[in-house]
Amino acid sequence: MTAGKAVNRSLVLKSRLAEMRKASRRILAEARDSGFSCDDMFAIHLAVEEALVNAVKHGNGKDPEKKVKVEYSADPQKFEIAVEDEGRGFSPKDVPDPREEKNLYKASGRGLLLMQSFMDIVEYNTSGNRVHMVKYRSK
Amino acid sequence: MSGPKPKIVVEYRGNVAVATFTDEKILDESHIKAIEESVCSLVKQGDYTGLVLDFSNVEFLSSAVLGILIRILAGTKRKGAHLRLCGINEKVYDIFKITRLNKVFDICLDVQQAVESIPVG
Repeated sequence: MTAGKAVNRSLVLKSRLAEMRKASRRILAEARDSGFSCDDMFAIHLAVEEALVNAVKHGNGKDPEKKVKVEYSADPQKFEIAVEDEGRGFSPKDVPDPREEKNLYKASGRGLLLMQSFMDIVEYNTSGNRVHMVKYRSK
Repeated sequence: MSGPKPKIVVEYRGNVAVATFTDEKILDESHIKAIEESVCSLVKQGDYTGLVLDFSNVEFLSSAVLGILIRILAGTKRKGAHLRLCGINEKVYDIFKITRLNKVFDICLDVQQAVESIPVG
């Protein structure tokens, strides 16, 4: 599939899951218009969903006064997104591996693993309140 | 006038309750909560030996849904009932494989296989 139109946008959102949902739909629609494959779209969808929910729930503690900044772009090579919350941040290394036996039956803690598994690049800033992800376009 | 579409549709096959998710995407928090409440109330009430969750309409789900499934599994075990998942497409199954939850849940191809796999009595 040939690449469609390029996109480059910034959004500032309140920490409401409904607002995240709306933003997610917009981001995904634009990624789709850019011509990413179904498999790429599944990956992008999952990563965007997990990152936005994490920013609202864990980063900003669902405080609607706190903002989530989203920057995203799509070009012939890749889809790229950065999500930043106003929380204290965290260290990804401190997140228990949900695949270990002792964590397998826990009800949470899988979002980061899924982001890392489906995206080609997932990196956090030093304080851990901003995640940058890249999905290279499948050939 | 038709009302809002139910998030799950339940049918009974003998002593097995089969709950089919109706939405393609399970991600909205209220959606997830509605599913959890519906299935948990199914788990609490009724005298059945098995619960089958049919994902054949589901194209996408988030990690929050996996958490609910873990809680549902615990609930069915407490009741002494069997839980089966079925109708999971390849991409969604990848999510289970990556998280190793394909080792935690009994995942069947379809409803018939899932129902037949549940011991009688």
